[in-house]
Amino acid sequence: MKYIDEFRQPELAKKLVDRIHRNSTKHIRLMEFCGGHTVSIFKYGIRELLPGNIEMLSGPGCPVCVTSNADLDKAIALAHLPNVIITSFGDMIRVPGSYSSLQSARSEGCDVRIVYSVLDAIQIAKENPNKSVIFIGIGFETTTPTVAAGILQAEQEEIDNFYVLSLSKICPPIMKSILDLGEVRLNGIVCPGHVSAVIGSHPYQFIADNYDIACVVAGFEPLDILLCVDMLVNQIENEDYKVEIAYRRGVRPEGNPQALKLMDTVFETAGADWRGIGAVPSSGLRLRDTYEKFDAEKNFDIDPGPVREHQGCQCGSILRGVSTPLDCPLFRTSCTPEHPVGPCMVSSEGTCSTYYLFGDFDG
Amino acid sequence: MCLAIPARVKSIDGLYADVEVGGVGRRISIQLTPEVQVGEYVLLHTGYAISIVDAEEAEETMKLLLEIAEATDG
Repeated sequence: MKYIDEFRQPELAKKLVDRIHRNSTKHIRLMEFCGGHTVSIFKYGIRELLPGNIEMLSGPGCPVCVTSNADLDKAIALAHLPNVIITSFGDMIRVPGSYSSLQSARSEGCDVRIVYSVLDAIQIAKENPNKSVIFIGIGFETTTPTVAAGILQAEQEEIDNFYVLSLSKICPPIMKSILDLGEVRLNGIVCPGHVSAVIGSHPYQFIADNYDIACVVAGFEPLDILLCVDMLVNQIENEDYKVEIAYRRGVRPEGNPQALKLMDTVFETAGADWRGIGAVPSSGLRLRDTYEKFDAEKNFDIDPGPVREHQGCQCGSILRGVSTPLDCPLFRTSCTPEHPVGPCMVSSEGTCSTYYLFGDFDG
Repeated sequence: MCLAIPARVKSIDGLYADVEVGGVGRRISIQLTPEVQVGEYVLLHTGYAISIVDAEEAEETMKLLLEIAEATDG
């Protein structure tokens, strides 16, 4: 496939790896923020190809994984309301909340449907005018513009039985939180590719300016990631910290203005609750009052009950880059993809699922 | 979750487009990239084009990779 195959050429990858080995002299720690990058790095064995002085950590960039139990409990409580159809991306269905999951709710008779797109949820709303159709709106800036577009479409088509539970989160504030916690010391960040397709590269400037950390936006093919590491190494070796883009075919410095405009029309920033990190101000998005008729939180009365965390689960510290799945006593014993305890094992881009599927059992 | 794949735009009908992804056709929304032209590639994410692939930049990146490979040989 065009724009994929040419960025997987092994002979070019080998040259880049040689160059990284030659140029990298310092012991450095890089974090890939995005779960999609974690998958690519493991799938192509990139950790093994890099010199021993480059340490790669996985970050919190998986919207399913960072959804808190409190928010999951809200989705599950909504599913139990009469005349409601819950629509959600697939991975969310299996994530355990405090006491249950959307999948369990479905087995108890609730109407929970997996959709590929918010457009599918709108279609279900049109086909079921006597039911309330609630879309579980998880996602980062990659996905939120699509939810905004969906809400604007529902408004235009006067669909009055479509609602969104907005669990949207924004990435730069959580990067700042992780850096301010000071638990991990980073030299460089592999910045998310498709979040940046929407927000551009400017929002990361504060990381280079205030923290002396190299930032490079990367694509998802092996050459994209190796080029990103090469650029990070050059910045760090020269102590010249800035924001660069190694994925210029998909990401412009200013992002996608139309997507940003629609997102800003429908949503406003609000606090958000992140698994493992807690409440972070201005790191989430809620529907503006103008669109409150689509807001599931404002239109349904639910009492999800007290929140409970999963005993022994290390997803929180794994999401902060402090632990790896190998540090978790549940990993591969009581927590597996078939029977996940925490979300990082459920999501196809969760760090635990990636470690489970692609190995790295030696750490 | 933030997966997006390159899809070639075959035809445009208002805010929708028919695209081809690895030989498979599908209909997507171009509400987020209304300026896209037939023949261009977009990054497709959950039924929406979220970005237009910049063909010139792709070529520049490939040129850079080839230059690095050549220099690493020497």
